[in-house]
Amino acid sequence: MMIPAQLSTPALRVQGLRKAYSDVVAVDGLDLQVDAGECFGLLGPNGAGKTTTIEICEGLLSADSGDVEVLGRRWETDEKDLRELLGIQLQDTQLSEKLTVDETLTLFQSFYRDARDIGEVIDQVELGEKRHSRIGGLSGGQKQRLAIACALVGNPQLLFLDEPTTGLDPVSRRQLWELISKFQAEGKTIVLTTHYMEEAERLCDRVAIVDHGKVIAMGTPRELIDSVDVSHLPPPEPRKTSATLEDVFVSLTGRGLHDE
Amino acid sequence: MSERIPFPITEEMARAQLKPMPRRSFMKSSMVQLTLVRFREFIREPEAVFWTFIFPILLAAGLGIAFRQRGPDKVRVGVVASAPGAAAVVQSLTRDSSLVVVTYDDSAAALALRTGKVALLVVPVSATDSVRYVYDRGRSDAVSARVLVDRAVQAGAGRIDPVRVSDSYVTEAGSRYIDFLIPGLLGMNLMGSSIWGLGFAIVTARSKKLLKRLMATPMSRVQYLLSFLCSRLVFLILEVATLLGFGHWAFGVPLRGSLVTLFLVAVLGAVSFGGLGLLTASRARTTEAVSGIMNFIMLPMWIFSGVFFSSSNFPNAVQPFIKLLPLTALNDALRANMLEGASFAAVSPQILVILVWGVVAFFAALKLFRWR
Repeated sequence: MMIPAQLSTPALRVQGLRKAYSDVVAVDGLDLQVDAGECFGLLGPNGAGKTTTIEICEGLLSADSGDVEVLGRRWETDEKDLRELLGIQLQDTQLSEKLTVDETLTLFQSFYRDARDIGEVIDQVELGEKRHSRIGGLSGGQKQRLAIACALVGNPQLLFLDEPTTGLDPVSRRQLWELISKFQAEGKTIVLTTHYMEEAERLCDRVAIVDHGKVIAMGTPRELIDSVDVSHLPPPEPRKTSATLEDVFVSLTGRGLHDE
Repeated sequence: MSERIPFPITEEMARAQLKPMPRRSFMKSSMVQLTLVRFREFIREPEAVFWTFIFPILLAAGLGIAFRQRGPDKVRVGVVASAPGAAAVVQSLTRDSSLVVVTYDDSAAALALRTGKVALLVVPVSATDSVRYVYDRGRSDAVSARVLVDRAVQAGAGRIDPVRVSDSYVTEAGSRYIDFLIPGLLGMNLMGSSIWGLGFAIVTARSKKLLKRLMATPMSRVQYLLSFLCSRLVFLILEVATLLGFGHWAFGVPLRGSLVTLFLVAVLGAVSFGGLGLLTASRARTTEAVSGIMNFIMLPMWIFSGVFFSSSNFPNAVQPFIKLLPLTALNDALRANMLEGASFAAVSPQILVILVWGVVAFFAALKLFRWR
């Protein structure tokens, strides 16, 4: 089914984004376009500018220059609408340890016009058994699922996830992946950052590889992987098996995703 | 690319009006929910409950007992036993219940006087009609001992007072140390719990990125700040009631003014210090930083504002500045109400000082506040 181009607005459009801090240029002329219904990944090493980019898109940081349009709206004029329509998970939020899961979600629910039912969201993130437990007693994976529940409770059209699985064990990570896939299956849009290539390959329809504040490659994981000739990779990379997104990054920059 | 059906946002959908805010039950409204969070965070922190409610009562009880009014101390006097007529003098002095008599030989008597074991030394000079008092004229207890001893000695020798006197004793509630202390502790407590309660909670939320997370929701900033004031007002009723109730019940501290005025003064004080609490929390990123700022603000007022002792002990030159401190104004207003029964109008200068601090601090805080 084709939608006439003039009728569809991208869920997120970023052009020429630039942001410098006193000592470093975090984002250096970055362009992105995310279609509605897409799961889009920003993949790159720590310090590549992923978090700065996503926080500018979330309206939590201001850019030095460039243009950001979210769901056809702009932060300068439509902040009130956008806050209702976005679900946001930040990288290192610590929710109040003294509150229970239910109390926290009831608080977040109270802010939104079109909020979802708490019980339904708790079931979706599989925290039913922990509903009346204090957050201080939850595991890392459970806390992260609660953070995503807080992002989902406002019934968002677009979900921003900043390194949603960093620091989690493999089981918790898989649980979160399922959660994100289900949200996408409802036709909602997701923008996430990650430095795990496996996560990007598994979840994302399209990936932008970010380094030094710029997009150095963009496409579906398949397209990016196919663009690399494994036999030309520097040692110890050359091998017969198919390439990974890590190989893509290495072939573009000459260093690994996790090198610092 | 996977076989995904595109789910576009059309211009129409993008421009669609947001749903109106649903009518939620009172308890599910964001204002009530935010205030409930404040309650829960407070009562689930046992230390906070202790410092707000238990500590002031322990302090009042301890100081009230330490500085309670006792009868005048007995005066110790020495008699040189080897002198003639010593036995008669000892007998006369022992009849006076306000004196404690100790007998010494010559050298021990001089040592006792020098080391302050006795206030005065009686040296009988002749067997019946002559004694000498040895004492330090610069010591007030020695001078009053001279009066008491002489009265006993003369009476023992047969003096008859021409005027019959009788004593009746009174203790005036309102003039004791505890009566001074309780309003001061109340003022100090209102200041402490407002500044700590707001400052610490806000900076903790900021340092844990919780404030930033809340800013990513449609939450109203005004409601967020108001939730702190609302919860403060509820706890304030409890704070005022426990401390005043304890003072009144345990020590009979008077409540001579109108309780409505007293409560109103306490509310204005708490709200004003709430503004100062917001100001202390407006920029700090860490709880260590805000603790320093809060102590910097509160310490001078603990000392100067007449909590434990009257601020009139400080030189006249600094009195105008002391009077302009918000805690001085609050303590003065509370004392005037409780001890003198002053009306709201009578404490209006203090109310004005409290209000000006609160309003200026609140607007400065709004201007400076770091929301992310």
